[in-house]
Amino acid sequence: MIISLVVTLKKSVLDPQGKTIQSTLNNMGYKSLSNLRQGKYFTIELNETDKSKAENIVKEMCEKLLVNQIIEDYKIDSIK
Amino acid sequence: MKITNEIVKNHGLTTLEFKEIKSLIGREPNLVELGIFSAMWNEHCSYKSSKVHLKKLPTKNEIVIQGPGENAGVIDIKDGDAIVFKIESHNHPSYIEPFQGAATGVGGILRDVFTMGARPIALLNSIHFGDVNHKKTKHLLNGVVSGIGGYGNCIGIPTVAGETKFNESYNENILVNAMAVGLAKKDKIFYSKAKGINKPVVYVGSKTGRDGIHGASMASAEFDENSEEKKPTVQVGDPFTEKLLLESCLELMKDKSIIAIQDMGAAGLTSSSVEMASKGGLGIELELNKVPIREQDMTPYEIMLSESQERMLIILEEGKEDYAKKIFEKWDLDFSIIGKTTATNRLVLKFDNETVADLPLSALSDKAPMYERKSKKIKLPKKFDYKDKIKKFEIKDLILKLISHPNFNNKNWITSQFDQLVMGDTILRSGSDAAIIKAHDTNKGIAVTVDSSAKFCAAFPLYGGKQIIAECWRNLIAVGAKPLAVTNCLNFGNPENPEIMGQFTDCLKGMKEACVFLNMPIVSGNVSFYNGTNQKNIDPTPVIGGVGLITNLDRKLIDHKLKKEGNIIIKIGKTFGHLYQSALFLEILNLKDGPPPEVNLTNEKNNGEMILKLVSGNLIESCHDISSGGTIMSLFEMAIGGNLGLKINKLKSTQNYIEYFFGEDQGRYLIEVSKANLSKVIEILKKDSIAYQEIATVIKENIELESFFEFKISELDNLNQKWFNDYNAN
Amino acid sequence: MNSSIIVFPGSNCDRDMQVALEKLQFKNTMVWHKDSVLPKSDLIVIPGGFSYGDYLRSGAIASKSNILKEVIKLANTGVPILGVCNGFQILIETGLLKGALLRNRSLKFISTDVFLKVENTENKFCSKLKKNQIIKLNIAHNEGNYFTDKEHLKEIENNGLVAFRYCDASGTVSEKTNINGSINSIAGIFNSNKNILGMMPHPERMINKEIHGDDGLSIFLSLIS
Repeated sequence: MIISLVVTLKKSVLDPQGKTIQSTLNNMGYKSLSNLRQGKYFTIELNETDKSKAENIVKEMCEKLLVNQIIEDYKIDSIK
Repeated sequence: MKITNEIVKNHGLTTLEFKEIKSLIGREPNLVELGIFSAMWNEHCSYKSSKVHLKKLPTKNEIVIQGPGENAGVIDIKDGDAIVFKIESHNHPSYIEPFQGAATGVGGILRDVFTMGARPIALLNSIHFGDVNHKKTKHLLNGVVSGIGGYGNCIGIPTVAGETKFNESYNENILVNAMAVGLAKKDKIFYSKAKGINKPVVYVGSKTGRDGIHGASMASAEFDENSEEKKPTVQVGDPFTEKLLLESCLELMKDKSIIAIQDMGAAGLTSSSVEMASKGGLGIELELNKVPIREQDMTPYEIMLSESQERMLIILEEGKEDYAKKIFEKWDLDFSIIGKTTATNRLVLKFDNETVADLPLSALSDKAPMYERKSKKIKLPKKFDYKDKIKKFEIKDLILKLISHPNFNNKNWITSQFDQLVMGDTILRSGSDAAIIKAHDTNKGIAVTVDSSAKFCAAFPLYGGKQIIAECWRNLIAVGAKPLAVTNCLNFGNPENPEIMGQFTDCLKGMKEACVFLNMPIVSGNVSFYNGTNQKNIDPTPVIGGVGLITNLDRKLIDHKLKKEGNIIIKIGKTFGHLYQSALFLEILNLKDGPPPEVNLTNEKNNGEMILKLVSGNLIESCHDISSGGTIMSLFEMAIGGNLGLKINKLKSTQNYIEYFFGEDQGRYLIEVSKANLSKVIEILKKDSIAYQEIATVIKENIELESFFEFKISELDNLNQKWFNDYNAN
Repeated sequence: MNSSIIVFPGSNCDRDMQVALEKLQFKNTMVWHKDSVLPKSDLIVIPGGFSYGDYLRSGAIASKSNILKEVIKLANTGVPILGVCNGFQILIETGLLKGALLRNRSLKFISTDVFLKVENTENKFCSKLKKNQIIKLNIAHNEGNYFTDKEHLKEIENNGLVAFRYCDASGTVSEKTNINGSINSIAGIFNSNKNILGMMPHPERMINKEIHGDDGLSIFLSLIS
């Protein structure tokens, strides 16, 4: 089973990288760009067949390691 | 919204304080105004528990240009040059989010220095963690070290010195103290005191978000679909923006456009606007709609209390607005005229064409509470008989245990994560008693050091306070620098506890005595109270940062590393063998009682001045002060540093080896002297009646003391790095 | 000799580089990244630092600067270009040098002195050095782990385009002395024309014998002669 996971900074936390990249793209001519935030994307392959079990395992991985819960949020993008 | 008792409590104010507020302003404050009072009257901004005691400290002498009361302290180092420096704490945020807490601590202290017109030239840090086996320690250590490096390296200022300690006292409350040192021109120092009426108040730097806003008012408000966004947010540092802010401010400071400038640190826009206006005896009016914000629908409360980083508040000369704007736009920073100075002595805030706050500035600043809290007298601990307890130990084993101990391990794992050479002026890197930075475009060296002695302060604060100033003095002397002044970060527990207040007042008493005698004023710093939990307070930990001067860098560089086979090691200062509160007793033998060593300030001064005399006569090859771990640790550090051996002389039959080698008597140094200079040095020492003893000879390999031990340098070096490397291996 | 140092928002080692160049009598100009014209230059330097905070990828945003278009034009005419640390990262992002600079193997920022083996002296940057000479410079980086594909690796190894390798004091090159995991312990490379040098270690930090060492001077001396 392959789980896609997206980890982003919490909405109100400053994203220095996103801010700088956005400003660069604006200067490169992308004037209609109004906001850009940077995050991390993980693809996690598990030897599981039970979808909800897999989801729980990934949630635990997030809480224990992948996500800094003080400043980040996560979302499971897809489970295949 | 009605101000309930709960809301007052959640804002960190007592009912008495709230009553006082109502009396000062003649009515009940609204929520925005309450928030402003809570920020200005909290311990960090008002120093309410410490001000009455801090006033007694020595803060002036002939070289002090600016003492406490401004963003940082300023001292004169001749030829029109000045050094600007300060240390500050960021303890609680670092416990919650160690990387960002430490990073924003570095960012904050840098702004305090460059806001005064100084280009920062060095960063130092003093970090204290819980017991190495405590479940949080490794995570916190990693986060803090990465955070300090992440910020300092990116902004391009060398992190050249520091200290790291582990002790269970900090299990629930770590300490992260960051110090910055900057170089400025004496006639180009910028202050935060506002001057002139109707002058534009300008906001520059990053946009304002909801960073660091305490959730006090949210506790009693109703939650709706926007509540998720309103939860308190951890401050994230952006060292890149800070670099832009640094360069743009220094560029603007080249001429006379700036009347006053202050960084927005704790309590952000509130503290900077209030402090700048009240120092100048003026009023200030702000239009909050003009504040650049990065979140939608921010309220006046949030705008005033936000602790978003990398922002400055400037009072500009009229007519200079466009000129200044151009500079900040070149560096891609937000620039907004958000208000003006007035003659009303009031803080007036406008939002959406309404006045949302109108307060007398005096109520927020000089009428803020000042408490003289109860303090308990602390008794000098009694000595106990330890002769039987130490009889059975072999010196060899004790040495191996001490050198392998986390608190004595080489901190290379940490210091190699900090860029030490950026800016091209680092003369002596971390590892010796102090670091040395060349003052750019001069031939002067600035020696910098930071240190603490929490265990001495915990045992008997009066002696501890004296000792830590003396230790700072010695650290600067040991690299051949004349000690000039200090900055202090006073980390203590709950000041409402008389025992803690007793520790605080006694430490200050001891510090004062030493500062006065050694002519080293305290020019800046901060107080961090409430470190600990309800059950347990941290050990009293005053952290002292020192600055010294080397007038001419052409002379030989003195560090602690042994230089040449055949040279002689002389110990300066008398040894009585004081073992109580020594590292040996506390860390290895678990003998926790007894008084800390006493400092004899006369000897301290005479011995220090002797070292400088010998250095200026080019008579010393290397030097190390004797501190934690006693003579034996200092000898070993010199040998490992220089990759040379030592043949240590045997003692007189009456002397106890453990007392002699592990005792932590104060006022002592080890100096390496060449055979050719030996008789001249001894003659000078005798002439000035300085106590001394020849204790070892430098040899090619091995450290040996006949009948006691013979160690290979490489073996010791490995042991001295092993614990730290293993701890961080996984 | 005229030199130009390109300064980006976040460049930190520009002043250090200027001090080194002026020590050897270069007439130096600091060029702001927004400028569209380069002064007449016998040497162009892209200094170390954290241009744009190293955000997105180290050197990625700086590589899109206006001024680099001019630098690329000049590079193609054979003007010597030196990229140090972040400068090396920027040269790679522009495509003037091939490969990639990845995160250090230890995943930590490393600040330390290193020994380097001089691999190639038939070029403008190392003519004052000897082949296999050991020099001591200083590194301070998070992303210095040089990587490239098999084809390019073969090309640079076989055509003398490797400038320096990490080694120990006696010149031994091994995994143990490979401070950041770089492929083949590579610390610096040339382009095929040998007029562009990208290197992670900082020569401008070693210009004083009494302080940290002066092995860095040889590179600037080579450029002057």
